[in-house]
Amino acid sequence: MSLSLANTIPLSSQMINLCAAIMLLIGFAMLAQRRVLTLINLFMLQGFVLFVSTLIVALSTDQSHLLWSAGLTLLLKVIALPYILHRLIRQLSVKWDIETLFNIPTTMLVGIALVVIAFNVAQPISQLSGTITRATIGIALACVLLAFLMMITRSKAVPQVIAFLAMENGLFFAATSATYGMPMVVELGIALDVLVGMVILGVFFFQIREQFDSLDIRHMERNKEK
Amino acid sequence: MNFYALFAQLLELVIALVMAPILNGWVNQCRAWLQNRSAPPLLQTYYTLSKLFHKDVLLAHNASSLFRAAPYIIFSCMALASAIVPTLSTNLIFSPSADAIALVGLFALARVFIALAGMDVGTSFGSLGSRREMLIGFLAEPALLMVFFTASLISRSTSLSTIVETLAHRDFVIYPSLAFAGVAFSMVSLAENARVPIDNPTTHLELTMVHEAMILEYSGRHLALIEWAASLKLFAYSCLGIALFFPFGIPETADPASLAIAGIILIFKLAIGGFILALIETLSAKMRIFRAPEFLGTAFLLAVLAMLVHLLLETGQ
Repeated sequence: MSLSLANTIPLSSQMINLCAAIMLLIGFAMLAQRRVLTLINLFMLQGFVLFVSTLIVALSTDQSHLLWSAGLTLLLKVIALPYILHRLIRQLSVKWDIETLFNIPTTMLVGIALVVIAFNVAQPISQLSGTITRATIGIALACVLLAFLMMITRSKAVPQVIAFLAMENGLFFAATSATYGMPMVVELGIALDVLVGMVILGVFFFQIREQFDSLDIRHMERNKEK
Repeated sequence: MNFYALFAQLLELVIALVMAPILNGWVNQCRAWLQNRSAPPLLQTYYTLSKLFHKDVLLAHNASSLFRAAPYIIFSCMALASAIVPTLSTNLIFSPSADAIALVGLFALARVFIALAGMDVGTSFGSLGSRREMLIGFLAEPALLMVFFTASLISRSTSLSTIVETLAHRDFVIYPSLAFAGVAFSMVSLAENARVPIDNPTTHLELTMVHEAMILEYSGRHLALIEWAASLKLFAYSCLGIALFFPFGIPETADPASLAIAGIILIFKLAIGGFILALIETLSAKMRIFRAPEFLGTAFLLAVLAMLVHLLLETGQ
């Protein structure tokens, strides 16, 4: 079986599969992470893996516009956003914050269930797609769902925003693996949306902290009663 | 041909027995360097072993025969385990009869006996250590099995020799599932070898020790055998990691020339592996015992993920 595998799948596709697996691994690491600072570094690493895989897709299929989106990924997700996040947590002085969230093993178990669902759901979709990277659609979907789960289970604002950004990573990866990327205009639009969203959320952080003296989202529930 | 297989098998056993204390010494030396301490000599484990072999055995009054037999059973389990793992050649005389699951069984047998021996004398420390060891063991074992199953799915066999042959000598294929399995395996082997995030091999602090608590009542040659068995276990796990994830350089034949080359490559790999282990131990802090289920649960989930990823990406659709 492994002999036929080597003959049917080219090396570039194998590399992309490896990148996909590492992205999923980082997704799980983020889900299990308690410290905010490590979370940002993991997010940066995920962005870098995304950059590498987009670059491989671009080079192996001669899609020059993917080179641009790879460059955009590197600039935004590996350099700009982690820098902004680092500065934010320094200014908010939540650098060494350890978050209390419910039972990590339970979260991880739910995560595994999500991965199984994502793989099953993506199976028929990937049959329709004709790209060399179609097997990774399931993993991209799993990354999106894991980021969703992280947004739901976190109680502090900064990790929720990181989860939101990680979800965008997964979506971007899905787009690259399913259709060799969206049109350039759409990609640019999304990238700028994320950047603007980040800036706005950064302002929100300060507002939330000024109101409640904490970044814990649960405090906001009090507002409903008034 | 059969003679070569027998020769390779015996050579592997001898090399495991000789190299295991040196590997242990190398890890301690690297750790000392990384922590800015002056390092003990490379052969320190040998000096300790020979000192212990010359000492008298002190037995508790209520020690049963199980207590006296346990060190020999543990030692032979570990020696056999290190002989099963293909380190120098895949053409071994044991390889048709002992596969990865038998290996897990051998580790389990040794664990049961060391835990029973810990409880035998009836001291509170012994039973405390045994309970903790069984807690860690029952969490680590399924994860280890899942890692083996992932490798077995790739090579369609649970025989370690076939796994190594598939991974090292067929066309080069990147297996993303092995990346997951590799992380899971390193977590399991840290826990199983009583290394820092789970247990500290050098501590004698009551509240934290696991492995040391169980063997507290042993002395003399019994203690020497258990210490030797512990370093054999580390050696076996290191060789397993090499065989599953970096098998390049393990030959399929067993003639003396390829054995010699394989031996040199093995020493090189073990030196790197030992350094990485020392690095991990220096960089991480020991976690509370109640964090251990979380740590090993993560290892198990990663191993399950490895199987899922294999089914999704590597079955060729």
